[in-house]
Amino acid sequence: MRSSSAIFWVAVTVLGGLPGVTQAALNVFACEPEWAALAQELGGDRLEIYSATTAQQDPHHIQARPSLIARTRKADLLVCTGAELEVGWLPLLLRRSGNARIQPGEPGHFLAADHVEMLEVPEKLDRSLGDIHASGNPHVHTDPRNILRIASRLSQRLQALDPDHADSYRQRYTAFETGWQDSIRTWNEHAKPVKGANVVVHHDFWSYLIDWLGLNRIATLEPVPGVSPSTRHLAEVKQLLQQQPAVMIVDTSYMNDRPVRWLSDQAGIPVVTLPGTVDFQQDETLQQWFDGLVQAISEPVQ
Amino acid sequence: MMNITVVRTALACAVCMNMGFAHGSSDIDELNKKLDEYERRIEALETKDAETARAKSGSAEYSRRKTTNNQFNPAISVILDGVYASYKNNPEDYQIPGFALGGEAELSPEGFSLGHSEIVFSANIDDKFYGQFSLAIAEHDNEIEVELEEAFFETLSLGGGFTVRGGRFYSALGYLNQQHEHAWDFKDAPLVYCALFGCQYFDDGLRVSVIMPTTLLVEFGAEAFSGSKFPAGGEHDGVGSWVAFANIGGDIGTSHSWQAGASYWSADNIAREYGGHSHDGAAEIPLFEGDSKIIGLNAIYKWAPDGNYRERNVKLQLEYFNREDEGDLTLLNSSPLETSTLDSKQDGWYAQATWKFARSWRTGIRYDMLDSDNKGSDPGVLDEAGLVSNGHTPKRASVMAEWVPSEYSRIRLQYNRDDSYQVSDDQVFLQYTFSIGSHGAHAF
Repeated sequence: MRSSSAIFWVAVTVLGGLPGVTQAALNVFACEPEWAALAQELGGDRLEIYSATTAQQDPHHIQARPSLIARTRKADLLVCTGAELEVGWLPLLLRRSGNARIQPGEPGHFLAADHVEMLEVPEKLDRSLGDIHASGNPHVHTDPRNILRIASRLSQRLQALDPDHADSYRQRYTAFETGWQDSIRTWNEHAKPVKGANVVVHHDFWSYLIDWLGLNRIATLEPVPGVSPSTRHLAEVKQLLQQQPAVMIVDTSYMNDRPVRWLSDQAGIPVVTLPGTVDFQQDETLQQWFDGLVQAISEPVQ
Repeated sequence: MMNITVVRTALACAVCMNMGFAHGSSDIDELNKKLDEYERRIEALETKDAETARAKSGSAEYSRRKTTNNQFNPAISVILDGVYASYKNNPEDYQIPGFALGGEAELSPEGFSLGHSEIVFSANIDDKFYGQFSLAIAEHDNEIEVELEEAFFETLSLGGGFTVRGGRFYSALGYLNQQHEHAWDFKDAPLVYCALFGCQYFDDGLRVSVIMPTTLLVEFGAEAFSGSKFPAGGEHDGVGSWVAFANIGGDIGTSHSWQAGASYWSADNIAREYGGHSHDGAAEIPLFEGDSKIIGLNAIYKWAPDGNYRERNVKLQLEYFNREDEGDLTLLNSSPLETSTLDSKQDGWYAQATWKFARSWRTGIRYDMLDSDNKGSDPGVLDEAGLVSNGHTPKRASVMAEWVPSEYSRIRLQYNRDDSYQVSDDQVFLQYTFSIGSHGAHAF
């Protein structure tokens, strides 16, 4: 009996070690591609990862589609931004899923924004101020230092959910941390020339990136968050730019770029369109995405 | 970091000044190297510092929060809805030949009027249950009516894909039926909804549904109701009406999503009272007693470039319902009491398409059509009840345009060419719908 079970476990270990035979331990449902990519770094083949959105979509405005209900039903771990970013669709998915493991308060419910210092926490909540978030600006993933903090907590969560492979998660985290620290140093170095540069942003999407790289945001094209820029507001920004020239207009790839193009033509400053997040579906890594961001944002100054 | 830059500048100056002296450049290189080394160390320390600070503040996270009971208030949203309606015909004359109407199947008054003002409260009750409560406040004939639309709990933690809902709620009988009026794409419900179940069907009961562990959405569910609400009715011990439904749905690439559903409703031994109509002073109210069944089919398709619904999207929606009634029809308050047997087959469908062509603009078209085949022992009684179509096929064509400046506000202009009955009507609505308070999540 004993020997046969020993043989069984040896077989499991051997087979488990073979690529392709490995049974994925955890089903991860990531609301945004950045968390899917981060889970990939921290869990590798141990995780079966699905990203609910792509880099081309506005994460505020996602439909609670049938496919997403089916995916949340199967998830062992939900990794989302939180801070009300997904308020229009995630609560509905959670309720429809019939999945107890990923409900708020359960270990399978992980919100990235819970683990970082939030910027732009409004002092006053009023819808006339636009689509503001009571917890602060939710786009926390645009600062690599936040990524590291979130990675550390997410790794702990993976270890807790899949204790049999805790060591492997720990090792992956250590490797990730070392590499990421090096990368941050490289990016800091590369973006040095752009530090303190005046920029105009389309939507307050890049606040954490701006904070990290020490850029100086002089205007936002959306008069209030989530509301398209009016002609009058654009004219005001144009006037402001005559007194206080900016180096670039920073835009996000999933947004309508017409107002940005107009201002760029009028004021004669370049537009830098940054992809809002990792193209996880095309196997892009967080590292590659930040490389691209830093490269693009440093370009107008070189 | 600042200091290092200062030191470097000082160093550079020192180099300039000492140009003439015999200081080897290797010394400078060495100093620079050392500075690089320090810079790295400081950076590492800074990150560590930030981490410790984070950890500390993390542990103090709870104490920072305000200790007020207010935090546990449910999410509250209020819907303000109003309309200006204009008709060519007299809205009081409205009828659908072949269909005896009930529930809320009537036209909104001509001129200015409030629609359904709605108050919705919702929250997780605890880790096991979610609760929702919604009131609709409307005025009928100068009287304010408060209608309890929904008051239900729902389980959160059964697992295995199972959810149980209990209380009063909108039935899963139809796709649109589960949406609140403010989420509809047109001002009015499809004709088939108003003709068969008083525009929207809800009752008190229990729902059990399960989502299968598949990549495609596969959902099955059943509902048991008291059976006291139109199109059922009367007193029932136990379950008066029940519903079985199934939905499947999925994505095709990132830009397309679809869902298809089927449902079956059954109510036996019901006493269905239709909305009364005045006849020679006395209100004769048609009463149907017998068994009733409804079969429903629906299909929804949505398209948005790259799945980015905010900028542009298209939605196609199609629903079909078929009802069969078998029993007796009585005209209450008639004297002598007029009765007939009733064997009724009624069906109808609508198809609609909406197109969001700019961030704040949307337009849509809809077409409605009904058909009926009602037989009884006394055709005169059927005629009195409005169940004789006289060969007329009720139909309606609608077109609407919306300005949607934000998720919370909408102004809609809608035109209907209505052929519900033999005299064509032109209907124009200018409607506003505003939502105040919490941000509700909308179903697919």
